[in-house]
Amino acid sequence: MAESVQPPGPDKRIRPFSVKRQTGFTTVAIICFVALYAPILTLVVFSFNAGESIANWGGFSWRWYEAAWANEQVKEVSVRSLVIASCASAIATGLATMAALGTTRTRPYRGLTAVFVVINQPLMVPEIVSAVALLIFFAMIKIATGYTGLGYLIAAHTAFCIPFAYLPIRARLESMDLTLETAAADLYATPWKAFRRVTLPLLWPGILAGAMLAFVISLDDVVITEFVKSAGQDTLPTYMLGQLRRNVTPEMNAISTAFLALSIGLVTIFFFLSRRRK
Amino acid sequence: MAEADAQTTGHTSTGRADGRAAALPNLTRRDEVRRKWLLVAPALVVLALAASGPLLIVLVYSFLTPGNYGGVVWEFSGEAWFKVVFHRDIFDDTLGFADAHLSIFWRSVKLSFLTTVLAFIFGFPTAYFIATRPEKYRGLWLFLITIPFWTNLLIRTFAIMEVIRADGVINQILLGLGVIEQPIQMLATDFAILLGMTYVYLPLMVLPLYASMEKLDFRLVEAAYDLYATRFQALKRVIIPTVKPGIIAGSILVFVPSLGAYVTPRVLGGGKHLMLGNLIELQFGQGRNWPLGAALSITLLLIVMVALLTYIRTTGNSEGGHG
Repeated sequence: MAESVQPPGPDKRIRPFSVKRQTGFTTVAIICFVALYAPILTLVVFSFNAGESIANWGGFSWRWYEAAWANEQVKEVSVRSLVIASCASAIATGLATMAALGTTRTRPYRGLTAVFVVINQPLMVPEIVSAVALLIFFAMIKIATGYTGLGYLIAAHTAFCIPFAYLPIRARLESMDLTLETAAADLYATPWKAFRRVTLPLLWPGILAGAMLAFVISLDDVVITEFVKSAGQDTLPTYMLGQLRRNVTPEMNAISTAFLALSIGLVTIFFFLSRRRK
Repeated sequence: MAEADAQTTGHTSTGRADGRAAALPNLTRRDEVRRKWLLVAPALVVLALAASGPLLIVLVYSFLTPGNYGGVVWEFSGEAWFKVVFHRDIFDDTLGFADAHLSIFWRSVKLSFLTTVLAFIFGFPTAYFIATRPEKYRGLWLFLITIPFWTNLLIRTFAIMEVIRADGVINQILLGLGVIEQPIQMLATDFAILLGMTYVYLPLMVLPLYASMEKLDFRLVEAAYDLYATRFQALKRVIIPTVKPGIIAGSILVFVPSLGAYVTPRVLGGGKHLMLGNLIELQFGQGRNWPLGAALSITLLLIVMVALLTYIRTTGNSEGGHG
């Protein structure tokens, strides 16, 4: 097929004409991939540095991993991060799935645009503004109720995770028309049955992608957590941000590398899971 | 997944094959709308409580008087809004522009714009590259873009910090090659912030771009070549217009977090090169001026909204209201 679309005129090209080729794009793409990974690899390499410095290589050692492992505070904040991310992404994905079902595959109804605006609002409002808003609002509730638990962080994370979970689910739903559900209804399936046996299995990749996105967004969050957390509620990112103010030792690299390994491990599992489902 | 079989057996439906039919057969329009609202309601409640509602409180706070130790006193005052732009001299009460604030505003807008442009320049070819790989490998390339996106923003910023430090890898290589004699001061400059933001937000540009390009019908490009288009013309007249929704989505996804960036300028700007996010945080921390912080937050919000609206209008995207 590719050869049949030769451009007119004398063709001096040696390689066959490809519709898809654009000059220089591959080079830029390769540069991008290298640039994306080089800093991260540097960080990982120096986490094994035996020396005190994060710049001069002093030989291989596990000492900074041992230091981080022995650090009770690091363990505590890591567990807290995972708890918040799990709760927030689970709730957000559930709510986002419902919202996606409620906003797609329908003739526009009154208020639909407003619904889109509210759902996507955390994407449009800068994170720092949301953080300030939540700081003020939760400060009022804290005074009124006296409750200072993790609930605030989970609620805040759930809210900003909703649009991230919503977008891939909605995209998936929009590519599915109602033919199959109609067929199921023709075959006397109840709406619930049609949903469970037809819609949900088809929607599953979208839901999974949404949940992935929500989980990682929650785990990644620094700004909102930094403003909303009560004393002693540091998550791993806010703990690290605090450490960056002080003298940075390769222990930070070790913690970062472990965090990276967790994220990459997770994304790899999801990658192969979602592949198998196809 | 046994249920997935439904997909293959589903094509038995007959007369109602018009998939865009408004409702399932036994639902009236009214029932349908009510059901849709019930599905949307829980998400809206959570968002109203933990996202939209608090924004209104910020607006209220921006008109109150600052308390002595942070917080507010419930007395009306326009002082905070006044201070966003103007500065009153403490000695002779003369008025002037708040240069410190304005220069921070300018830096924020400038750096965010440049970040978006850089992310597009690098992200577009990358997304295109992925989208034109054989289908078997696309997932893998996309995976390579997703990994940095999955890694914590703070960690990536920290990684950039290590690379560009005075004793970092770049300087050591340049020194080793004899290109420079003194380490280049890159940390704590605008350049460092720009580099850091482009680095951390690049995947946010590539992912929506790729999503659009994946659906790109290359028969259209082929048709363009049949009509004597050059490669650049095909790119400009066929590919870019077709993937415009992805470009808009990617630009918004990069521009908005850049404008409100807090972590990257704090870590790479060395406490001197503040952006709006840091200025706002300062008011809630050492500044103890919550109303000013609130007013600055609303200002930032307005700039973002104006940027979004202008962007939507200039690109004439009818779907803009959704995103």
